[in-house]
Parts: sequence; C-alpha cells; structure tokens
Amino acid sequence: MAREITYIAAIMEGIHQEMARDDDVLLIGQSVGGSPEDPFVAAFGPDRVRVTPISETAEIGMAAGAALAGKRPVVDCTMAEFLLVAMDQVVNEANRFHYMSGGRVTAPLVLKAGYGFTAGWAGQHTGSIYGMFMGVPGLKVALPSTPADAKGLMATAIRDDNPVLFLHHYLLTLEAGDVPEGEHLVPFGQAAVVRPGHDVTLVATGWTVHRALEAAEELAAEGVSVEVIDPRTIAPLDVDTILASVERTGRLALVDQATKHASVSAIIAAEVAEAGFASLRAPIVQVTALDAPIAYAKPMEDFVLPDVGKIVAGVRRVVDATVSGHNTAAAR
Amino acid sequence: MDRTAMYRAMVRIREFEERVKRTFAEHPGVIRGHTHLADGAEASIVGSIAAIRPGDHVMATYRCHGYPIALGSDTTAMMAEIYGRANGLCGGYGGSMHLADPERGFLGTSGIVGQSIPQATGAAYAAQVRGAGDVVLCFFGDGASKQGAFHESLNIASLWKLPIVFVMENNSYSVSVRVEQEDANAAAGEPLATKAVAYSMPGVTIDGGDPDLVHTTVAEAVARARAGEGPTLVESLVYRLSAHGNSIAPPGVPLHYPEHEAVTVFGDVAEYEAALRGDPVPRFRGALVTSGALDAATADAIAAEAADEMQRAVDGALAGPDPDPADALRFVVA
Repeated sequence: MAREITYIAAIMEGIHQEMARDDDVLLIGQSVGGSPEDPFVAAFGPDRVRVTPISETAEIGMAAGAALAGKRPVVDCTMAEFLLVAMDQVVNEANRFHYMSGGRVTAPLVLKAGYGFTAGWAGQHTGSIYGMFMGVPGLKVALPSTPADAKGLMATAIRDDNPVLFLHHYLLTLEAGDVPEGEHLVPFGQAAVVRPGHDVTLVATGWTVHRALEAAEELAAEGVSVEVIDPRTIAPLDVDTILASVERTGRLALVDQATKHASVSAIIAAEVAEAGFASLRAPIVQVTALDAPIAYAKPMEDFVLPDVGKIVAGVRRVVDATVSGHNTAAAR
Repeated sequence: MDRTAMYRAMVRIREFEERVKRTFAEHPGVIRGHTHLADGAEASIVGSIAAIRPGDHVMATYRCHGYPIALGSDTTAMMAEIYGRANGLCGGYGGSMHLADPERGFLGTSGIVGQSIPQATGAAYAAQVRGAGDVVLCFFGDGASKQGAFHESLNIASLWKLPIVFVMENNSYSVSVRVEQEDANAAAGEPLATKAVAYSMPGVTIDGGDPDLVHTTVAEAVARARAGEGPTLVESLVYRLSAHGNSIAPPGVPLHYPEHEAVTVFGDVAEYEAALRGDPVPRFRGALVTSGALDAATADAIAAEAADEMQRAVDGALAGPDPDPADALRFVVA
C-alpha cells in the first residue's frame, strides 16, 4: 500500500525500517538521537543511535571503522558541504578498503547529506557538489528526486556492502508523493524514465527533475515531445538507458544544478558523444548553473541557477539546431 | 604470550624488517613505492599485542609490518604482498602500507597520517555495541597527534567511554622533523601524553623499549577498556632504527634505505649511536638470559628459526606469480 508522505519522511522511514530489519544498522550524526524522545532512540536504543560532536572526520572515520568491524552505520552528515571538512575519509579511506585488502574487508556505510539549499543560504551551504564524488572508485552516489525513490534508494544504500553517499535535495524536503509502506528497494544504476517522449531526451537529477518535467509540459504544448530521464544514482550511472533514449530521439539536453565543469551533465554528454554519436541529430545542450558561487540575494541566486525557462530554451535550441536532412520534431 | 613468545615475536619482526631492507640491495626493483619499517619498535608492538585476546581488533598506520607478525599472520604472504605478488596477504592490491588480516583481528591501516585513529575509534564503538567485552588497539605515531582526527577521536572515545587503547609510538620524528619542533607539549618539556588531560582520560608515558613494561601498561589499559571505563592514551617512547622510509625516486632510479634523519638531517651521530646501544631486541635478550628466564642456546635457536622463516618468506615471495593485470578491476566494489 502506498500513501502520500514527504521526501524527508520517506528517507527517515527507509532508515527506520532497515534498522528494524537489521540490528547491525547504526545511526549517528550531529542532529540525531539528541533526546530520549527521539523516535530512533526510542525504537533502537542509545547504543545504535547517537548524537555526535561537530567532528566530521571522526564521525565518518568512525563509520568506516565500525563498518570494518561488522556494523552498517548511517551517518547523518546534515549538509553536503560538511563532507568537505572530512574529505579524506569520504574519498580516500573506506571506499578503498575492499580494494586495498584484495577483497578481504568490506566497509558498508551510508553518508546522508542534504545539498542544493538555494533558498538564501548563500555561498557555503548551497552547493551541488555531487560531481566531485561520482568518479571516486568504490564510492556510490545516490541522488533521489522523489519520496518513493528517496526511501527505496536509502534502503538499498544501507544494504549495499560499499560506502554510499546519499545526497538528498533540500528544496525537495517537504515535497510529498506516493511511497510504498513496507519494504521498498530501488536498485542502484537503474535510471527512471519519468516522462516518455520521442523528440528530445532530457536528463536531470534531484530538484531539476521536477523543473525538467515542468519544461516538458510546456514544450508539449508546442508540439515537442520530451523524454525526461532521472539517473537516480550517478555512481553507478545508467548510461545505457540514456543511450537507448537518444537512439530513439536523436537529441539530448541535460539539466544540472552544478556548474558545468563540476556537473553530472558534462559526464553524460561525454558518454553520449563517445558511445552514441551516430544517434545524435543535433549538438548536445547543457543547461547548468553559471560559473559562480551562489549569492545571498534572490535575484542573483536565480540568475545563476537553471530554471524552467532556461530548460525550455535549451530544449528549443536542440530542436532548432537539428541537422537538416534528418527528421525533425517540427517536420513530424 | 609469555616472555619467550614475546621475545620470539620481537626477533621475527626484526628479521622480517631486515629482509625487507636487504631486498632493495639483493633484489633491486622487486619492491616498488614506499616501505616503512618497525625496527626499534618491536618491544612496543609485541608488548601491546600480548595484552589482547582473540576477538579484539587492531588498526595501525602505513608503518604496519610488525602488528600482523605479532598477531600470527603468515610472513610469506606478508613478504609476497610487499613484493606485489598474487600470493600476497592482500593479493598485491595493498603493498607495504596497506596490510590487512581481518581473520587475525588486524582490520587494516591508513596511509594518510592520523586517519586510522577515528577508524579504530569506530571499531571500538562497534565493540561497545556488540557488548562482548572486546577492545581495540589503535597504533599511530607522534606526528599523528597533530592531526585533527586524533583530537576528535580522543574526545569521542572518552565521551562515549569506548573500549580502546591509543598507543602512540613516539619515535621523536615526524618524517624528518623533530618532535620539539612541532609539538607544543614537547617544546614545553612535557610528555605528549599530556594531551590525554584535555580529554579527561588517563595518559601515561613509558619506555617503549621494555616489552614487559609495555605489556603491563597496555594490559592495565585494556582491562580498563574491557570494564567499560573508557580509553587510555599510552605514549610509548621508541626509537625508529631506520629512516622514515626507503628513498623516494621516479621509476628507474634504484631505491635504497638512507641513513636515519638524526644523521642525514641533523648530523647527530651520537644520538643515533645511543639509540643503537639501546636496541630493544638485544636488550630484552640480555634481560631474559641474565635473569635465567631464557638460556642462551634457546635464544640462539629462536634467532636461527626466525632467519630460516624469513628466508622462506623471501623465497616464497620471489617465487610468487605476478597478479593477472585484468584483476586490477576486481574488488573496486564489494
């Protein structure tokens, strides 16, 4: 049975259900389990749920060590930028233990952090920094865009035997959606085609998935059929689903809240240029944040971010640039 | 581990490290990259590990050859790992700096200074949750105590009363920088164990060249940890008898072990010669034989057995096959 709950409630439900299912799952962080009334402390006790000092290196390093010793810790790292304080532990430790030991140890842990809080949080709490983690060997990265995926990807992350970075989008926190009540697992490396279409493939992640869907609706009124794809995990990245879509549409537009050179979209563009060039009937278009930090004042914040208007314009550019001699959306 | 077993483990570690060092001259090119030797720290390593039991865990740094030997790891597999062979302890994936042998409680190392300290602390958190009375020994150097990871970890370990013993092997050098050049306690003439005061845990400074004293001290800290009374910082004073590591050079330039930094950087030959006179391995032999705890013939036999064992380790490592190149893509994810 599905019922409507918020994105953040879905994430916490995913953690709660996994903790009920497996005694080895632990939950630590600066903002969890601080009071005896905390529902996680009440359900699982103060050993398995602990509030930590503001010590990111220790929190994440401890998760790695507890994982080596047989536990499955979830660290609520609060904001994605806080990971940067402990970068060695995020990209250069637990994610390499299995490999460096020739498969003798595993480090199953989840780092949960919110990102992209473009709501006046200014220069240091608004980043879309997932791009810097997607090429890190041994580290998986999930970017849920819906409450159902948020729950299902969290459950999968906790059961995975590798370190997983679970990045939830702050602007989606209170968005509600249908979420299955019981066990719900969303596989990693399997993109979702969230809106089928046949003229243009539009790939987006997190909050931009919803902006891409709005753009697709607007474009449909103009007779342009847009297929919207959400990769859901960017490591592993389901390139096959995107290539198969581009094979049908011949056109690719990409939306990313990160700056272009730190984006997932640049990687997808490269993958499609390399493996799907023959399918392309137009140059790839990327609609990303402009190359600047995020300003505090809303007009400047808005200026650098992708929005529905910019996405619509980007898709139109792909359609208009279609190489002549091929079928075009306009000609159909 | 009785005293004879402790002596045997010390001799085996020394012999292993000597053979690693000799490999650079006898089999040039066989060891790549960087190695770090435990010679001089044998008493501290063995005395500490003698204080734990099966089920306990150990984590350490890139200077990691001694711990698995004391825990019973196969020395041929260890040497083969350092030689990058498929029969290595970790299949040639880790090398000298990244030994792991989880079946013997050795969870692994970090090659980045200080970063295994929170990991060991997390293993202690897991032990506390398991509730079976297991403890963790966390080994690191004096240099690591300048890392934030050290301070964050000691704070949490004390706050949560985690079952862990922090064994700081103070060898007086962070690579080539003397401890009083970079440590506020040392510059003030105080022991580095003073840092424990800030985290409301016991801190002791001991002669890490005396395996009996190390054993007694760490055993007391282990007992405290098992009883749920929390962590201890043990500053174990050792002298690293080799340089920080072998020479660092691009491919094609033969690697070797330079002289100790006391000599090469500070020109302090007297300090190094004094350290050699205090070498803990012959010192312990002397103590055992003089007191009648061990006869000289048995001590000689222990040395001969260690020499034979490490010759077999070298031979077995040299005879080991190279890994299949395509195996580079295994174990990226579990």
